[in-house]
Amino acid sequence: MIVRIMGEGQYRLSEDCVGRVNELDNAVVKAVESDDEDGFHAAFEEMLDVIRSEGEHLDDADIETSDVIVPPPDTSMVEAAAEFSGDGLIPD
Amino acid sequence: MAGMAGRMSTVIKSKISKLLDKAEDPGETLDYSYQKQLESLQGVKKGIADVVTAKKRLGMQASKLEQSVVKLDTQARQALAAGNEELARTALERKQIAQTELQSLDQQVAELQSQQERLTESEKRLRVKIESFRTKKEVIKAQYSAAEAQVRISEAATGVGEEMADVGLAMQRAIDKTENMKARADAVEELEAAGTFEDLTQLGSGQDDIDRELAALGAGGMVDDELAKMKAELGQGSAPAAPAELESGEDKP
Repeated sequence: MIVRIMGEGQYRLSEDCVGRVNELDNAVVKAVESDDEDGFHAAFEEMLDVIRSEGEHLDDADIETSDVIVPPPDTSMVEAAAEFSGDGLIPD
Repeated sequence: MAGMAGRMSTVIKSKISKLLDKAEDPGETLDYSYQKQLESLQGVKKGIADVVTAKKRLGMQASKLEQSVVKLDTQARQALAAGNEELARTALERKQIAQTELQSLDQQVAELQSQQERLTESEKRLRVKIESFRTKKEVIKAQYSAAEAQVRISEAATGVGEEMADVGLAMQRAIDKTENMKARADAVEELEAAGTFEDLTQLGSGQDDIDRELAALGAGGMVDDELAKMKAELGQGSAPAAPAELESGEDKP
């Protein structure tokens, strides 16, 4: 699976690893829903760490479409919350 | 894939896919999509230039404010030495405003610097990808029938499109930040225009605005402390004292 961290690049991850990323992603969403800023940062940063450390960084010249796209590392909880309400970083 | 709909990454992926679908025109030629990629690269370069311009403007304001801080400090000392405590206090109050603005400008310059670095990295990634697309496009055209080449190159174009969407978002965020900072820079310029950091012996109107700004900053306490310190340095009165004692000595330089 190809995972993109926006503003950073793409990584090739094993299925197992993507499962781990998805779990953390769920934790991120839960934290956003319960307005838990610390929880949001903890889960989001761990998610980025897993992608960076377990994934194989693709060369800039590789042209691949991502299966999973995660927002930029400096995304704030407010920005992440806005994403779910449909008015986020990326226009609908 | 139950429960996927609620994931952050899924929301973003689907938004980007929609964005790419919207941008894609089945009637367009492959060379045209390469042209569009190059235009997008130019757009990023312009975005970086805008960030650099905003950073320079804030940097210039910061160095002007630094000069004001030094000037107002000197004036406060001179006023105090000449026995004019009221003027000294006014000078210190303005120095406080200038310092507060300066601190915020410095932070913003640093923030723009990191935006610039990130955009430069993004621009490099996109440039490499577009160059790779150009090569790939020619290879595919040479190896496959027109119909199959069309499909393969479309796939590659989508891959580059994703990179363009990524860079586009990074640019948008940088522009938003730059806009916020422009508003801040305008506010500092208004303070300057009101004479806030001017020579105190040439004070004109605009005093009310300055007083309001001071109240908003709640700078009073810090000014008291600094005034007491300065007095002590000049050998006037006792060492930093409680505000009550300061007040009693106010008319007796």
